[in-house]
Amino acid sequence: MDLLDRRLIFVTGKGGVGKTTVASALGLLAAQRGKRTLVCEVDPKGDVSSYLEAEPTAFRPRQLAPNLWGMSMDTEASLREYLSLNLHVPLLTRLGPLARAFDFVATAAPGVKEILVVGKLCYEVRERHFDLVVADASASGHVVSQLTAPQAINDLVKVGLVRSQTGWMLSILSDPATTGLVVVATPEEMPVNETIELTERVQKETTVDLAAIVVNRVLPELFSRGEEEVFDALCQPARAAALEKAVGGDPGPILAAAQLAVTMRRTRVAHLERLRAGIDADVPLLYVPYLFTRLHGLRATRQVAAALSAELGY
Amino acid sequence: MPRRVEHRARAGSLDQVLAAKEIVICCGSGGVGKTTTAAAAAAMAAVHHGGRVLVLTVDPARRLADALGLAGIGNAETRVPAEAFSGAGAKPRGELWAAMLDTKQSWDALVRRHAPDAATAEAILRNPLYQSVSGRFVQSHEYIAMERLYEIHGKGDYDLIVVDTPPTRNALDFLDAPQRMADFFSSRLLRWLIIPYRSRLMNAASRPFYQVADRILGTAFLQDIAEFFMLFQTMYEGFVRRAESVTRLLHDRRTTFMMVSTLEAAPLHEAEAFIGLLDERGYHLGAVVLNKVLPAYLRSDEGARVAEAMRDRAGELAAQLSKGRDDPAQLQRVLVEVAESYCNFQVVASREAEQEAELAVTPDVVATVPFFDTDIYDMGGLLRLGEQIWG
Repeated sequence: MDLLDRRLIFVTGKGGVGKTTVASALGLLAAQRGKRTLVCEVDPKGDVSSYLEAEPTAFRPRQLAPNLWGMSMDTEASLREYLSLNLHVPLLTRLGPLARAFDFVATAAPGVKEILVVGKLCYEVRERHFDLVVADASASGHVVSQLTAPQAINDLVKVGLVRSQTGWMLSILSDPATTGLVVVATPEEMPVNETIELTERVQKETTVDLAAIVVNRVLPELFSRGEEEVFDALCQPARAAALEKAVGGDPGPILAAAQLAVTMRRTRVAHLERLRAGIDADVPLLYVPYLFTRLHGLRATRQVAAALSAELGY
Repeated sequence: MPRRVEHRARAGSLDQVLAAKEIVICCGSGGVGKTTTAAAAAAMAAVHHGGRVLVLTVDPARRLADALGLAGIGNAETRVPAEAFSGAGAKPRGELWAAMLDTKQSWDALVRRHAPDAATAEAILRNPLYQSVSGRFVQSHEYIAMERLYEIHGKGDYDLIVVDTPPTRNALDFLDAPQRMADFFSSRLLRWLIIPYRSRLMNAASRPFYQVADRILGTAFLQDIAEFFMLFQTMYEGFVRRAESVTRLLHDRRTTFMMVSTLEAAPLHEAEAFIGLLDERGYHLGAVVLNKVLPAYLRSDEGARVAEAMRDRAGELAAQLSKGRDDPAQLQRVLVEVAESYCNFQVVASREAEQEAELAVTPDVVATVPFFDTDIYDMGGLLRLGEQIWG
């Protein structure tokens, strides 16, 4: 199943691993490949627009680039839209305080706020406003409650409009050809631990298909076979002194930096192996290299999109 | 709230800051090494200052938890075994204790404490809504972390408590949590929710809310919610008073904050914003720890010059240096790769240095911790990190 042929992709991961960059890059890549794509920032911080160098996003989708739209989630606006579509409430004008009150209940009542998020995403999918919706979803701790919201509501609420709405959402979320989850990780201890724990929970507690793991900031292998011995020999005092003489300056920092790079890479490879072993073999790992030049902004997003494109075999 | 600038101590090192304080709250965005830094600071205080030091941690990596003897212990405070220190070649003057924050357990304890009687406490704990709500209540993790701190501090068992804060989407959440909890319990909405449960009497203000809420959620669910909140409201006074005490403790002169960040743009901006807010609200910022900073040798101009020469003259250098021992072509490739790698890392190191210079605030202590090329998962590693921030 081609990742971008799905209709709804949730992107999650531990804080600080580059979740928003990957979500923006997936959106950009899909748009470049001719799909009308919506990127939705679920916990709006304004990052998506800065990663795509576009105008700030709002609840109403706004075009950011050819084929690419962006929106930021707003549960109050989502509720308002839902009510106006489904209830034709006579007191629409008074919805401001009502929605705030509802928000208050929603914070405490499990699943209500989440369903407004997931409901809006599924609604965009069902109405076919876009070919693909990419959700820059909540961080790993929170995403499971979002993905299980329709089920949670089903269990808690026995009657009412909300209950009647959960069926179609569940069928969108449960269909692997429609919906997939992408988890972003970096090859470091805690992100790898959290990714393994999250994938276990996703497979146990949700019906959403785990589509791929994106491993971000992978350091390049510095040396190919045999070269490391040559390098080690070069680091011997006598050879280093000879190099210093020949090059006309102290090579110490350069050799130390290479040693640091080799050790960093080695530590990270160990975490990568742990990740591979901890994830089902049929879930692909997509590698994105560490970007030395820029970590944020459209340039970085483009480079990540290019790396993902290569990894997906486009 | 007035700016209380005089509240900031003029300390020079973390050593001095920790000697003067009883509570250190470690904050910063996810992935910056907050948990490890908190544990390292506590371990250093136990080694050098003596007394009883507690690190209250949220979600340590399993290997670190094992090193602290925390595996599977949950909420209980446990002493880190002396062997952990002796194994690292350290002789602590005092004791290091550690505890993990179990949100569910702490909530249950809180309910038992504040409920008017055992029967009400049991009714709340049994309520199906409470089961899911205690995990995700209004900033429940943040609140419970501060609440737990207050409880432990109040027992007077420790000379120093270092708190690792839960990862928040908004760093302010846990500062505001006690107040929000108080607001929540005294809110009009909570009273509205309880009305249909208490009486059939509905006033004009709450009726529209119920009409819509009924259609959306159904009456039965609303009744469940109302029952839950009514039970919860019996704890109102205890909660509000407690929340106020917690806020007072955070403002106390014996409490300080330690901000942890890396030199990446996003965490650093978050740290800057948070530091500004601490100051605005009159909290004491004791130290800023900049973590995982690349070594200074990556920024030398001389290094850049040598690296460029190595890359540009690699063929010639390889021929000169190989002397029949190495394959010159292979040596040439190694020289180019090593030089390129230096230049790559120099870009990152320079960016970091620029970020550090831009850190607009001038806190009392800024400690930079070099990038450790291996993970920190034992006492030796914690103390190595600790040495870097101790000053």
